[in-house]
Parts: sequence; C-alpha cells; structure tokens
Amino acid sequence: MIVVLSRSMTILLLLKVFFCFSAVSHSQITRLYSRFHSLDKGENGALSREDFQRIPELAINPLGDRIINAFFPEGEDQVNFRGFMRTLAHFRPVEDNEKNKDPNSGEPLNSRNNKLLFAFRLYDLDRDDKISRDELLQVLRMMVGVNISDEQLGSIADRTIQEADTNGDMSISFSEFIKVLEKVDVEQKMSIRFLH
Amino acid sequence: RACADVFQWATLRMERGAREKNQQLYKPYSNGIIAKELVSLEQEIQEVRRSGIPAPEPEFDMSDIFSFCRRGVESIVDDEVTKRFTAEELESWNLLTRSNYNFHHISTRLTVLWGVGVLVRYAILLPLRVTLAFTGVGLLVVLTSLIGLLPNGWVKSSLSEKAHLMCYRICVRALTAIITYHDSENKPKNGGICVANHTSPIDVIILASDGCYAMVGQVHGGLMGVIQRAMLKACPHIWFERSEVKDRHLVAKRLSDHVADKTKLPILIFPEGTCINNTSVMMFKKGSFEIGCTVYPVAIKYDPRFGDAFWNSSKFGMVNYLLHMMSSWGVVCSVWYLPPMRREEGEDAVQFANRVKAAIARKGGLADLLWDGGLKREKVKKVFKEEQQKMYSKVLVGVSEDSHGSEVVRGPALE
Repeated sequence: MIVVLSRSMTILLLLKVFFCFSAVSHSQITRLYSRFHSLDKGENGALSREDFQRIPELAINPLGDRIINAFFPEGEDQVNFRGFMRTLAHFRPVEDNEKNKDPNSGEPLNSRNNKLLFAFRLYDLDRDDKISRDELLQVLRMMVGVNISDEQLGSIADRTIQEADTNGDMSISFSEFIKVLEKVDVEQKMSIRFLH
Repeated sequence: RACADVFQWATLRMERGAREKNQQLYKPYSNGIIAKELVSLEQEIQEVRRSGIPAPEPEFDMSDIFSFCRRGVESIVDDEVTKRFTAEELESWNLLTRSNYNFHHISTRLTVLWGVGVLVRYAILLPLRVTLAFTGVGLLVVLTSLIGLLPNGWVKSSLSEKAHLMCYRICVRALTAIITYHDSENKPKNGGICVANHTSPIDVIILASDGCYAMVGQVHGGLMGVIQRAMLKACPHIWFERSEVKDRHLVAKRLSDHVADKTKLPILIFPEGTCINNTSVMMFKKGSFEIGCTVYPVAIKYDPRFGDAFWNSSKFGMVNYLLHMMSSWGVVCSVWYLPPMRREEGEDAVQFANRVKAAIARKGGLADLLWDGGLKREKVKKVFKEEQQKMYSKVLVGVSEDSHGSEVVRGPALE
C-alpha cells in the first residue's frame, strides 16, 4: 500500500501540471488511480485488453469489445493512467464546466460534441468519418447476437441509413449523426456522476 | 471496547494532521464511487421508444448505444464483482500498516502508538498464539487417534465430541477470536446440512468450536492429510479424493448417504466454493441443495476493524495468511444461526439455494449477489452476454415465438 501511495503522489503532481482537460477533483483522481491499480494485475503501470475483460459486467456487455477499444490509441496494446483518464474524461457531466471557464483549454473532452464523437467512433471502425452500411450492420449484429436474421437486420440498417442520410451517399457522416440525435439528451445519457 | 475507541482516535488524528498540512487523504468509500442508474438497461432503452409514436416496423435508434456504452464505462470505473475478491477497505485506521493507504508521518504520538502496537502484536501476542495453535492441533491429532481405538458406540461419540470441541476452542484462543453466537436454539442437528458464507479457512474453526460437524473436503497430503486421517478415526467425515470431486453423482451420493444416517453429525458445507471478502454473498452452488434434507443456514460476519479475515488465496499462501491472522489484533465475529429451511414444493435446487442465500445475506448485513464466486479465477460465461443480446433483440423487434416454440425472433411482416 505504501508503494501505491508514493507512485500516486508523483502521478498526482504530474497530473496537476499537465491535466488540462477539465478540472477533475483531487479525490476523484486518487479514486480512479486506485481503481486503475487494482485492474492492473501485471503491475506494470499500464492496462492491457485482458485486464478490462476481467471485469464480468463489461465482458457481458454486447458492446464491451468496442468500448475497450476506445481506450487504446491507434495500434497500441497498452494504456497508461493518463490515457485511461483521458477516455474517462469524456463521461464527466457537462454542468461541471460552468464552474471552470478556461478560455485556453479549447473544447473540453466532455462537451456534447465530444461525447457524440466518442459514440460515433464506436461505429466508425476504419476512422473514415463515415458510418457505412457494413459498419452499422456490425454494431447491430454485436447488439442482437443470433436472435435476428440477416435479412431483417439488413432492412433495419437500410431504414436507419435512409432516415439519417441527407446527402445520398448511403452512409452516415458525423454531421448527419449529430442531426439525427439532436433531440436526445446526450449529456445525461453519456455522463457518469461521482458520488463524492 | 477500548481498542475500537483507540482506532477512532487514531483516524481522527490523522485526518486533522492531514488537513493542517493541506494534503488530501485517500478516503476509502465502501458504498461505491459513482452514482448508477436505478432503472434497468431494458427500461432505459424502452423509454426512448415510448416517448415517440410506436413505429409499425422495428426501429433502430442510434441513441441505444449510449446506454450500453455508459454502462460499460461505469463498470470499468466501479463494478460489483472484482472488488469482492480483495480485502475490504476500512473507514477508520486500525493501526495496522497493511490496511492503510496513507501511512506517513503525521504526528509523533500516532507513530509511537503504532510502534507500541507492533511491539505488542509481534513480541507478545504472536508467540503466545503460535504455541497455542501448535498445542491445539497436536492435541487434536493425538486425542482423535486414541479415541479411534475405541469400539463404535455412545462412549466413543461423546468422547470424540468433547475432544473435538476442546481442541477447536484452543485453536480459537490461538487466534484470540471473540465470537458472539446468536440464536443458538437453531443450531444444526444430526441428519442435516449446515451452509454458511465463506471468508476464510478460519470459518471452520469458528463454527466447529460451538458444535460438532462432519467436514467435507479434498484429501490433502502432508500435515493436513495427517490431521484429516486422525479426525476420520474418531468420527465420520467426508474426505474426497481429487479424482472423485469431478464426479458430481458420486459426491451427491456420499452426501445423501451420510445425511440419511441419523447418528452421523450434520455436514458443514460452504456453497460459494471460494473465499469472498465478507462484504457480500455470491452465488451458491446448487449441489448441496439437491439432496433434499433440512438445511441449517449460518451467517458469519467478521468485524474488519480488528483484523481482516479474508484469505486472498491468489496473493497469500496459507502459512502467510495464518501469520497475518495471528499478528493482527484478533478476530471478532458474529455468528447467526438461522432457522432451518427445507425445499418447498415446486421449488428447484437453484431457487432454494437463492432463497437460503438471501436469508444469510439479510441476517449478516451483506450484499446479495447473483454472480459466481468462481469469477475470481475464471472468465464469465458467454451465456450472460447472450442474455443481454436477447433482451435487446426483444426490445428492438418484439418477440413472437412461432408455432414450434423455437426462439426465433420475428417482427411484423417486412416489405
């Protein structure tokens, strides 16, 4: 335990200096570091995909693999604490920003736009800024498993694209995505509130 | 007790010291870090659909993934299962560095107190306890072997009972365990099965010092094997060879034979199958509930302030663990004997197991979880993910089983 403390002290100092995403409270960082540490079975300061898959509630989530993927930067197999916090920062409630208006920080990670972008990237695997029919089908298939036939799933996907697609390219771009979801309370659905 | 007050004082002193130095203390919160949605995932997804006009054909709402996504990330931050396999975090410090995340020099008085504590625990208590432990175990082996020489009969069983009780009580003293037994009128009787929640191997000693049980377990080699063989001479226990454990029918048969014989002692079983950290009760394996006899549930709750009793078998070996136990302040626990339960008409083994589990959890003040304790070492079964997928499919298209009763999900006719 004493080892945990000294490492966390250095990390906290680092974070205080470099953490420009949005003001996360001291105790929240400490809590999350403790959580990061307990997930890190290899004790090497970084999490691998297996470390995430050890969480049963995540392993049974149909979108579990995609969510885990979102933590890892392009082509990498390990995520350190900074990366962990960066991804989690997308889920901070939006109201907190009102207290810390910092003109230099640019758009905070937990803005409505960035939350939508996070969700968009869950669909858009190849990062071409478009959700193609195939990509949509893949996600749908992950969510329904074997319970719906290919034809029916295909027609659901077609209908969804038809409704969202405004420029006729048979795929959903990020701006079309935003338009479809403009009535949805994204801030509330994609936020995690800390108890303390 | 005086000890508890000292601990409270120690914590307050640390907090005050930290505030003076304007540092942040790491405060453990046992109730979870984040606020989770109270509605189920299914309801959340359906809400989106209910607010609009019901569509004649299945609609995929792109916002559905938000709910899955958020829940996934919530479980990354704080989940119900993995935290049960490590020692519980305490709100106040009990002067043992091993359970403290914040130990650095706050005040001289506190450090001195801690130093005194170390001295007392390692120099005085530990040697005393180790001697007692050796005496207890040694006596157990010797006495049971001697009693084994007697012919079967009333004399043998009553002597065996006394010998067992005495040796276990010595072992209890060896751990300085202060046990409060509640509702002793419900103590298990012959011809029944006693089930309890499992936190550590010490559970056995605690229960066995208040009553005589037949133990169930695997045959071990070495010292454990010697003890097991000796105990077997005095009264019938059920020890399985490693190969026999796999054969569930054999196990069930031996258990039911034992139970059918009313002269034999009640069997002691821990249906969780593994040690859990005493904040929750996890899934009970249904094997012991299929036998169809009276079940006597027992709830055991340790007071974590005096020493953490949880055995984290992936981190510490048995000897290490026992040393830990003997060098902490002591073991304080409460044992509740619950009224006996029988399987009811139309209830299958799994439902019965869950009913017993809920009763134990309620009495001991523990969280009642459906997750399998085996998740400590193994991956979760795919079938649970399939259940989630099935649930979502139902919401998406509405289920209609065709005439053959198969599970194909079909919606209204497509174009």
